[in-house]
Amino acid sequence: MKRLNRRKLLFGGAGAAALAAPLLHGRIPHQELHDQFAAAASGSGEAHAAAGHAAAGGMTAHGGGAKGPTFKQGGRVDHRANGFHPNAMLRDFDMGKTRRLASGKVLREWTVVAEDKEIEVAPGVRYPAWTFNGQVPGPTLRCREGESLRVNFVNVSKLPHTMHFHGFHAAEHDGIPEVGPGVIKPGRSTTYEFEAEPFGLHLYHCHVGPLAEHIARGLYGTFIIDPKKGRPEADEMMMMMNGFNTNFDAEGNQLYAVNTVAFHYMHEPIQVKRDELVRIYLVNALEYDPINSFHVHANFFQYYPTGTSLEPNEFTDTVMLGQAQRGICELRFPFPGLYMFHAHKTEFAELGWMGFFEVK
Amino acid sequence: MSAAPNAAPPPSSGGGLLARAPVWLLGLVPIALIALVLGTLALLGGPGLGERRGPPVEELAVERTVLRPGEIELTVRNAGPDPVDVAQVFVNDAYVDFDASSQRAGKLGALTLTLDYPWQEGSPYNVTLLTSAGGTIEHEIDVAVATPSAGPRFYGVMALLGTYVGVVPVVLGMLFLPFLRRVRQQWVRIFLAVTIGLLGFLALDGYLEALEFAGQGSGAFGGAELVILGAALAYFVLMAIDRLMRARSEREKATGASPLRLATMVAVGIGLHNLGEGLAIGSAYALGAVALGAFLVIGFALHNTTEGLAIVAPLASRPPGLGRLALLGLIAGAPAILGAFIGAAAFNPSVAALLLGVGVGAIIQVIQQIAPTIRDGSGRILHAHSIAGILAGVGILYLTGLLLAV
Repeated sequence: MKRLNRRKLLFGGAGAAALAAPLLHGRIPHQELHDQFAAAASGSGEAHAAAGHAAAGGMTAHGGGAKGPTFKQGGRVDHRANGFHPNAMLRDFDMGKTRRLASGKVLREWTVVAEDKEIEVAPGVRYPAWTFNGQVPGPTLRCREGESLRVNFVNVSKLPHTMHFHGFHAAEHDGIPEVGPGVIKPGRSTTYEFEAEPFGLHLYHCHVGPLAEHIARGLYGTFIIDPKKGRPEADEMMMMMNGFNTNFDAEGNQLYAVNTVAFHYMHEPIQVKRDELVRIYLVNALEYDPINSFHVHANFFQYYPTGTSLEPNEFTDTVMLGQAQRGICELRFPFPGLYMFHAHKTEFAELGWMGFFEVK
Repeated sequence: MSAAPNAAPPPSSGGGLLARAPVWLLGLVPIALIALVLGTLALLGGPGLGERRGPPVEELAVERTVLRPGEIELTVRNAGPDPVDVAQVFVNDAYVDFDASSQRAGKLGALTLTLDYPWQEGSPYNVTLLTSAGGTIEHEIDVAVATPSAGPRFYGVMALLGTYVGVVPVVLGMLFLPFLRRVRQQWVRIFLAVTIGLLGFLALDGYLEALEFAGQGSGAFGGAELVILGAALAYFVLMAIDRLMRARSEREKATGASPLRLATMVAVGIGLHNLGEGLAIGSAYALGAVALGAFLVIGFALHNTTEGLAIVAPLASRPPGLGRLALLGLIAGAPAILGAFIGAAAFNPSVAALLLGVGVGAIIQVIQQIAPTIRDGSGRILHAHSIAGILAGVGILYLTGLLLAV
């Protein structure tokens, strides 16, 4: 465990930002993020006029009355202030930095910073989140089976946190209290080291108590280990099913979403190409509700539970996931148009967990 | 510092500035200083106390719910110390589009939210307001029924309702007057005691109903204290009027209130009570919580007929003309019509609590007026006959009240 430079932490949030900014740089595809913000900004004016369907890449109004659930029409989340955009986050895979070790093995390294940050989770609704790298969910860490992994974890939050990875590793790198470095206090850091195995779709999250709250506040992210031979070429995206218990009563959630912002993909549909293979890395990080589900309209997908096999075990249009369950969905859209995807636990759908694919 | 004995100088002996200043100025100076000090404290935010601990307190109360086809309109009042922003709204776990008269409700401020939601008649709904800080304020709609729109037909129905439950029964009750004139004086006293029993029951009934409304209100303007306030207000205003009238008539100083004036006071008291009662019925009608049928009308007729009896009981010795009697009937009964209008068109639980409280205070004052008229030969108010009468009055209203499960 290393002692952090005290000076950097002197100004709390400012220190966190100063510390995090250079670490983040070069890993998030900034240009893409910027483009998404630009598209969001230019589309916002049309939101009122557009009834139902939208122009390419623009924004759409949806729902209202019998046409279905919606937030107050015209309201938009300020993604720029949040510092992340759900459309950019979909395809934002953080590959870290690699170098080859003397043994010939690849060492892959990331730095992840836990920091407190207020984010806008629905138009006009502020949520005091605890984040990895200032975003919810945390960065999608991606590596290849068999690599040596090193995660430098820095805690600039006001509370103690850890990073607990799903996967094989030694006890001292499990990221739980009392074992190995245990909880990482504010201003401290540590390094978790392990091999990338087994291949598949996993997740990481904080493991400090009260556990449900530490996860629900936003301390979770997707951890992908690609198989050695890779998977077929595809348009890949990460969907983290999550929710926000905004009144902190620990009884269900007030907002449900994929990638944090409820109803977001209703306004800005996910753009995909007709007949192209689409691969969805689907993870459920929802707290305070026992299950979550995923359903796609007018289509079926091959489902690879936990992504640990290269053979799908189901051809379906709906899957149900408990907490921390995840799976890979592969599908092609044969027709152009708008296709909904949402939790078929429709209560969640109507509380924000719904979106559109736009096939061109 | 110890106070010197005889410290206060006689007013005339003071030669200082204070003694020579005009009196109004002496009154104005402390007011100006108080304003200055409080203003400075408010501007500086209470120096030394720092920020308030804890997150903002978000308290919103729904004061009024109006249901129109495809629309739910809520009038919401901020009953807490901090401003509240309503960011989003969901109905039965589905977010809805809505129009807001303003996004923010300041302290004691109200705002109107019009929700675009295809509600179904007869279903219950749970509306949740999600604030900008993530807080939730829930509002239950027990049974969704379209709120009657305030057109001529609506006011016609309300006028009819008020007439049925207010004017008609009171006037019917007044038909006991010829009977009362012929019975012996002792029986009149018993009927007056019955009246006291009736009024006592009405006061208790009104008080309990008022407390119920007080509990439903936002609390921004007070709950139970509104009821007490209304009661005290009515009691003291009626008392003052009574004293003024009494002072004018030398004769009454000796003999007490004249029969007609006593009857008028009873009518006013019952009228104020019926205002609150009409309000309760009107709002129940608007909420779809009451079926307007023969049963309700008959129940109220039986219940309120006794109110007519209470008005004419003091008049047994000297009955006035028919015109005066009709006027008394209207004073006692017609406020039910007004109450029904207010209750159905612009219901507000805090106002209802206050008005029902007014009715309670008025009735207590009336009881105090009637009490001396039931004295027996030895000057006692509570004697076997009067106690029997009072209990009979209470019993009658209790039994007829069972017919009215509003």
